[in-house]
Amino acid sequence: MTPTKPVLRVIDLQVSYYTEAGRALALDRVSLELYPGEKLGMVGESGCGKSTMALAMMRMIKPPGRIEGGQVFIDDVDLMTLPEAKMRKARLSLISYIPQGAMNSLNPVLRIEAQMRDAIKEHLPTMRDAEVQARIYEALESVELRREVARMYPHELSGGMKQRVCIAIGILLGPKVIIADEPTSALDVVTQRQVMETLDRVQKQLGAAMILIGHDMGLMAQFVDKVAVMYAGKFTEISPVRDIFTNPLHPYARALIESLPTLNNKGVFKGIPGLAPSLINRPSGCAFHPRCSEAMEICRTVTPALIEQRDGRRVACHLYDQPIRRADEPAMVASR
Amino acid sequence: MTPLLEFRNVTKIYSKGLLSRATTVALDDVSLRIEDDQPTIMTVAGESGSGKTTLAMLLLGFISPTHGQILYKGKDIAKLQGEERLAFRREVQAVFQDPFAVFNPFYTVDHLLSVPIEKFKLARSKREARDKMEEALNAVGLRPEDVLGRFPHQLSGGQRQRINVARALLLKPRLLVADEPVSMVDASLRATILESLRRMNREYGVSIIYITHDLTTAYHVANSIIVLYRGSVMEAGDIDRVIRDPQHPYTKLLIDSIPWPDVNRRWGQTEIKAREQDHGSVETGCKFASRCPFVMEACRKAPPPLYQVAAQQAAACYLYEKQPVLAREQLSQVLPV
Ligand SMILES: Nc1ncnc2c1ncn2[C@@H]1O[C@H](COP(=O)(O)OP(=O)(O)OP(=O)(O)O)[C@@H](O)[C@H]1O
Ligand SMILES: Nc1ncnc2c1ncn2[C@@H]1O[C@H](COP(=O)(O)OP(=O)(O)OP(=O)(O)O)[C@@H](O)[C@H]1O
Ligand code: SF4
Ligand SMILES: [Mg+2]
Ligand SMILES: [Mg+2]
Repeated sequence: MTPTKPVLRVIDLQVSYYTEAGRALALDRVSLELYPGEKLGMVGESGCGKSTMALAMMRMIKPPGRIEGGQVFIDDVDLMTLPEAKMRKARLSLISYIPQGAMNSLNPVLRIEAQMRDAIKEHLPTMRDAEVQARIYEALESVELRREVARMYPHELSGGMKQRVCIAIGILLGPKVIIADEPTSALDVVTQRQVMETLDRVQKQLGAAMILIGHDMGLMAQFVDKVAVMYAGKFTEISPVRDIFTNPLHPYARALIESLPTLNNKGVFKGIPGLAPSLINRPSGCAFHPRCSEAMEICRTVTPALIEQRDGRRVACHLYDQPIRRADEPAMVASR
Repeated sequence: MTPLLEFRNVTKIYSKGLLSRATTVALDDVSLRIEDDQPTIMTVAGESGSGKTTLAMLLLGFISPTHGQILYKGKDIAKLQGEERLAFRREVQAVFQDPFAVFNPFYTVDHLLSVPIEKFKLARSKREARDKMEEALNAVGLRPEDVLGRFPHQLSGGQRQRINVARALLLKPRLLVADEPVSMVDASLRATILESLRRMNREYGVSIIYITHDLTTAYHVANSIIVLYRGSVMEAGDIDRVIRDPQHPYTKLLIDSIPWPDVNRRWGQTEIKAREQDHGSVETGCKFASRCPFVMEACRKAPPPLYQVAAQQAAACYLYEKQPVLAREQLSQVLPV
């Protein structure tokens, strides 16, 4: 049962980086909705804007980057208009971000428990010490770390253990939306499976919505409900996970699926030819057109909109300008 | 013939702080060889904390072994000096696991790439240096105009990781240690980068130690694999054999945990037993015993030796005690090149 009201609504979020070479449009008016308990996977080429979107939602974009517009609602609160002090509180308690390379963001000279205590105290300054300690142990245990880890320094932990500490920090205050940016990309498959099972359990317990950013399509297939495929700062396709894998519609999504290695094609590397587009000099029309095997005349000039297709799929590609619709179906309203 | 690189019974023990007597055996009596005349790609796999990065750090000479020796072209790397030391530093390169940690934040990408060119005199002119940089960047799918002149924090995770790989490509070393070099890029780029690594191996005779948890990509590029568990070699051999027909219970668990990009194939049928309580605790038997579904009485008494289960496959597990024992020092015999 999908709850009727989305917990997260991102509307026309736009971010640019002002570099020496010019303005790089890293996020081009993207919109997204997520319901409580829903898990969305966000994939796309390296450098396409995934972390930028996460950082923008957290209002953590730093110069030369700038959020140039858009709204991010958690229930009815628009994060973009909150005063800075309130926004600081919202981080971790409403929306939490487990950053890419998180394990490297731990403070090397502080014990794990000190870092966790600081995070709690910032939000709940009046909580009693014993309670804080209990909360810390609980969070560590929920990511399957021994209590003794609380007393350790980051350098005493392996990559996987550090990564789980970061997840523990991310869930300390029971957020409604969890964004995990490549939470397991540095981990072995067994640890990865454990960490993902943990994240899954914690997310279910909290009833939180989750955005999983990553490159591991296998992980996506096993873990998320929906997949959003980004290319050059825009979503090209957002579809239920099964559809993305069995019948990707957007040519980029299709190429991405086809590049996956399996045990049956040893030594065959099917990278997508060509380079990712420059964000400063973006190709006109559909940004994928220079690499697309199905590009048509219109693709060079007109940017395709993300149009809702049948079965809750959304695709931004001129091949699907006419929504695939059964004859007996009424015309679709813009969004659900 | 003297091997290019040799680990002789290498053990690395970390102590936890000055006052504590607790220790971690990060690498436990590992011997291996990379031949000079037969460039190969060897995968080192194993769970988080199994000692993979420790092996890389030892090999690069960043840390020294507690016991044992590491030889480069027959010489102990701890004792290399002058010319030999410089040659070692140039011929053995690394791509580090964490692309966020390695770069000095105050240097631009140009600087990162031009310094090694100057230091090791790889180009005769500015023009040639520039061409080399561009060639290396293209090989990892980066546009020079997009990244040159930028600072590390202005790049995405995958872009940083690729700069690392480009730097290694530029230097054309004899031996490359790549610690999770493609963990942060998409499948398509992964294919592109691994293809460049493989080309480096085939065309320039560079041997590569590919450290990864991604067994699917390992299967595609490597010739051999060593599976570590808490510092010990659990299984080793021909990559096709080990991936398609794993023998050690731990390797079986690893293979079963691969998340397949296939919605009809569910993840992990085998249940994962809780991770053992303490890495430092004294154990007498097989390190995997506390998690092993097949554990027997013998397993808890003494650590199992490596048993040779096939011409190019060995497993340290008592389930195979009928097979001939393979001395630790002979590990490389089961590793094809
Ligand atoms: N501080 C910055 N200054 C200038 N450009 C930036 C900055 N941070 C990011 N960018 C650029 O913005 C684009 C999007 O970066 P982002 O980190 O969002 O990518 P990503 O999709 O998360 O990639 P990856 O998968 O490699 O982590 C990239 O081209 C990157 O080079
Ligand atoms: N400087 C150190 N001091 C104490 N213990 C350490 C140190 N470095 C590593 N260790 C310990 O040694 C073991 C091996 O660590 P190592 O970093 O080699 O693992 P790894 O296989 O690379 O793991 P990952 O896949 O998470 O990167 C771990 O138990 C770790 O906690
Ligand atoms: S030696 Fe025993 S405990 Fe160790 S893996 Fe084999 S069966 Fe399991
Ligand atoms: Mg990113
Ligand atoms: Mg490591």
